[in-house]
Amino acid sequence: MTRQEAVLEVEDLRTYFFTRGGVAKAVDGVSFTLHRGEILGLVGESGSGKSVTGMSVLGLVDPPGRIVGGAVRYHGEDLVTAAEKRLRQLRGSRIAMIFQDPMMTLNPVLSVETQMVETVLAHDRVSRSEARERSREALARVGIPSPDERLAAYPHQFSGGMRQRVAIAIALLHRPDVIIADEPTTALDVTIQAQILFEMQKLCRETGTALVWITHDLAVVSGLADRIAVMYAGRIVEIGSAVEVIDGARHPYTHGLLGSVPSRNRRGEPLAQIPGMTPSLLNLPEGCAFRPRCPRATDACFALPPLSDEAHGWRCFNPQGAVA
Amino acid sequence: MLVFLIRRIAQSAIVVAIMSVLVFTGIFAIGNPIDVLISPEADEAERAAAIARLGLDLPMHEQFLAFAKNALSGDLGTSFVHGVPAVQLVLERFPATLELALLAMIIAVAIGIPLGIWAGLRPDSKAGKIIMAGSILGFSLPTFWVGMLLIMAFAVSLGWLPASGRGETVEVFGIPFSFVTADGLKHMILPALNLALFKVSLVIRLARAGTREVALQDYVRFARAKGLAPRRIVGVHILKNIMIPVVTVLGLEFGSVIAFSVVTETVFAWPGMGKLLIDSILLLDRPVVVAYLLVTVLLFIVINLVVDLLYSLLDPRIRLGGAKA
Repeated sequence: MTRQEAVLEVEDLRTYFFTRGGVAKAVDGVSFTLHRGEILGLVGESGSGKSVTGMSVLGLVDPPGRIVGGAVRYHGEDLVTAAEKRLRQLRGSRIAMIFQDPMMTLNPVLSVETQMVETVLAHDRVSRSEARERSREALARVGIPSPDERLAAYPHQFSGGMRQRVAIAIALLHRPDVIIADEPTTALDVTIQAQILFEMQKLCRETGTALVWITHDLAVVSGLADRIAVMYAGRIVEIGSAVEVIDGARHPYTHGLLGSVPSRNRRGEPLAQIPGMTPSLLNLPEGCAFRPRCPRATDACFALPPLSDEAHGWRCFNPQGAVA
Repeated sequence: MLVFLIRRIAQSAIVVAIMSVLVFTGIFAIGNPIDVLISPEADEAERAAAIARLGLDLPMHEQFLAFAKNALSGDLGTSFVHGVPAVQLVLERFPATLELALLAMIIAVAIGIPLGIWAGLRPDSKAGKIIMAGSILGFSLPTFWVGMLLIMAFAVSLGWLPASGRGETVEVFGIPFSFVTADGLKHMILPALNLALFKVSLVIRLARAGTREVALQDYVRFARAKGLAPRRIVGVHILKNIMIPVVTVLGLEFGSVIAFSVVTETVFAWPGMGKLLIDSILLLDRPVVVAYLLVTVLLFIVINLVVDLLYSLLDPRIRLGGAKA
């Protein structure tokens, strides 16, 4: 952890959705720093705000959602207040994104070539043949065989794993500083998932690209990420290096997540569950949002606990000791 | 592709055969043309002669066989009234209707798609709501009434545009067309607008519904995340996806515009096929009605074929002629 250069700093980011039922605070005061080449795992259940955090970084939150506060600094430049034109320059070239479902992210009626070449041309003034050449190289880089033929193909002629590779190739076209990967392997077979994980890691190491890996699967990020941030109900409840969070979790929610992962050491024992359900974002409990489900909650928890530290921090008044 | 075309032509032949039976039977049910065609003063001998000349003395199935035999060699009979081949009569009027219908479709697409996409992208905006309200009007106002209003406004009060006829025509490949001359175009504007009104509303609704659905897809979001300009996202990513339903409906509508532009042609005295049909039905001019309907059937078949071909251009997932479903 000696990398100093911060590529992306998210500070007190708040993205609210103004729905008919009220204001849903999907992201409520999220802060993290991403250094060059670093892989951050953003972990949480459905509805914890992890995807919205990713979208907010790129300014892609659709109404009724809106970033209401905080800052997203890319090399010190605030993107929350940046003009749409500037955001468009950065999207896909400096900060790229990969989505969850590869079946849906490629336009079904456009050829892979069209979708790759347009990405090149959106940011660089190069000839069409040059753009095509770059696309071909990008496909080869993500391990797609016979890229020349595959360029002319349409998305429906690819398998799910191949489509996700195409999406990754598109994200890598401009060698971005940051890639935000929103559960990119969730929809894939386990074997393909492992391949993609391995290759993403390799490609990012090669190009020095920092990665925000959004997932609900702690097991996936534990082997991949340098740092892990655990989100619950729009807030980061624990953040730290992968080792610190996995082996030395302090927040009861992180404990709960870790306990609900099947493990060989506890074969035969019932899996631990976190009691209750994720609260509705429209009607969050006062103070710590995890309080109603928390075995360690006390009266102090009616106030919102602060994040204890930058390096390895947790939002809890009654943190647990390290996992035995 | 070739297999697809051959199979399609075979299917079409069956459709035409069935239609010719239906049309021929149907036309018998309408009434006896003799009563209209022959003056009441004619004596019995003249009457019998006329009936024999028109071939109406034979039993129906024999009449049909004679008709079918001639039809196979392209002869759909001679008009009782005009004394010229019915097909010729219909085809003479065809260009006038065709150019009117084409212009109407162009107007429908040129206005309907941009407005529909606009309304689809901003469904809750004021403009979007106004567009949708306008399209309801376009749906519900009767064509003849709008036609008369158009004439009142632009021909009578303002005097900008002529209200009837085709204006000056120029022969292109021996076929008279209005759209080549300024005067002809002027004559086309009002009837084409009138004809287009309903289609514009239809296209707006289709384009809007399609846009609303497509705009929420992940691939549109991904296109934005790639840093594409909004123009490219809407003009390529969204447009190409919404064109499939639009082309389907427009294909059918184009056929019906050509076949049933009767009202508009009547209001604007446009000498097209629709007007011919009305006149022929009134005079019970059987061969012309039959010829008209068969030409219409062929037209629908051709348009559907074109639509199917367009599908495969628009959507790579659709392949023509595959034996598998």
